[in-house]
Amino acid sequence: MSAERVVLDARAVQAAVRKLAAEILEAVRAAGAAPGELAVVGVRRGGIHLAERLRAELGRAAGAPPPLGTLDIALYRDDLASRGSAPVVGPTDIRFPIQGRTIVLVDDVLFTGRTIRAALDELVDFGRPRRVWLAVLVDRGGRELPIAADFAGARVEAGGGEDVQVRLVEAGAAADAVIVRPRAT
Amino acid sequence: MIGRHRHLIGLEELDRGEILQVLQLAASMKEVLRRPLKKVPTLRGKAVVNLFFEASTRTRSSFETAAKILSADALNWTAAGSSVSKGETLVDTARNLEAMRPDVLVIRHAASGAPRLVAERVGCAVVNAGDGAHEHPSQGLLDAFTLAEHFTRAAGGGPEAAPDFGLLAGKTVAIVGDVSHSRVARSGLHCLPKLGAKVRVCGPPTMIPAGIERMGAEVHHALPDAVKGADAVMMLRIQHERIGDPLIPGTREYSKFWGLNARKAEEWLSPGACILHPGPINRGVELAPEVADGPRSVILDQVQNGVAVRMAVLYLLAGGGEAHV
Repeated sequence: MSAERVVLDARAVQAAVRKLAAEILEAVRAAGAAPGELAVVGVRRGGIHLAERLRAELGRAAGAPPPLGTLDIALYRDDLASRGSAPVVGPTDIRFPIQGRTIVLVDDVLFTGRTIRAALDELVDFGRPRRVWLAVLVDRGGRELPIAADFAGARVEAGGGEDVQVRLVEAGAAADAVIVRPRAT
Repeated sequence: MIGRHRHLIGLEELDRGEILQVLQLAASMKEVLRRPLKKVPTLRGKAVVNLFFEASTRTRSSFETAAKILSADALNWTAAGSSVSKGETLVDTARNLEAMRPDVLVIRHAASGAPRLVAERVGCAVVNAGDGAHEHPSQGLLDAFTLAEHFTRAAGGGPEAAPDFGLLAGKTVAIVGDVSHSRVARSGLHCLPKLGAKVRVCGPPTMIPAGIERMGAEVHHALPDAVKGADAVMMLRIQHERIGDPLIPGTREYSKFWGLNARKAEEWLSPGACILHPGPINRGVELAPEVADGPRSVILDQVQNGVAVRMAVLYLLAGGGEAHV
């Protein structure tokens, strides 16, 4: 446990979410997108609570909160056969037409990019959005696919043998934090 | 792989952990059925061949739907109008289809043991979709799933609550009808006791096989005794196509003694007991229409859960789960 280090504390997590919201609104203005065009989609499970917070922030700044959806990418993974365990599938729930919208895809940690690849595949099954932006709380590098975050709350240096975990109070944590710890073997 | 098994021939071979592995994955798969977009790319590039030597609409379309939701290619092969009528043997047919490189072969056949014979002679995974009076494992699994879902709702879970399979422990399920010709009853008897449920069987003496007590069943010949205090009642169809000599004097007498109508259900069944039927229903024989369509009936839940269970089976046998040898 001594090897576990906190890279963002509760205050820093909240600041990062606010920063993401401000940057997204700025990008909406710069792109000339209509206010009602924005929608937030969280990637299960890490992105869900973050997407809810971001939606609330965006709603505070823009007047009305944008619609919120969730994606479960368990059955879209490209490594199912080699994972050796049965997938646990949660709800995928997008109840608004994504056609023509600006979608903010939200996840907690961006690492290899494979989750985002799967999420994009699933998202486009629902229709053709005008554009998709990727917002993550933490970008830790280590990409295996040509995918980049449009908005990153923080950049964290972590070794290949380390895990970056986002702990939020909504998921049962005592306080919000982003920690780096040796990967459990 | 389902636990140690490369094929799904019967529930007799599966232990409790292996049965729960499929059921829990099916609960996950059911989530996909609730989505507005019922398609995932999980088994893209895999092929499922449905090889049906006996008539079937429900089971075949259920396997086909399950394969298509998971993006596998499904090919349906039926005996009518095929080379079987030209004298081709079962194993030759299976090996010819195997040459098309399917990942899973789903077989229904009138002869007990046909899927096992094929499994020993082909390289792909084989799923038994009903063989004679032997087993119908995916039906046994979907019945267990539906029962657990019913008990979870009865215990206060919401309409979309995940089924708690632990609730099957201590429950009593009465299977009524032509037990001797029923692969559904046999798969139920190999499955439900492993999950802690007690099974009663009931029907005319000519339709209850000798020695069925050794499978853990409690035998009744009177319907009121069989369903008294039971938590669920599974009504079976008289399998006219499998019966050479008549085992019963007639369907009217059968209906009188072993059929359920609204009045009997009201008088004899526990208030919360649900009614299952594997289909197709002979309306007015084993089940009166008002019971089949009534509030106790979970028959259409069985059909929907069948798709989820078969998605889980195809996923596990077509290369998901554990890596191939």
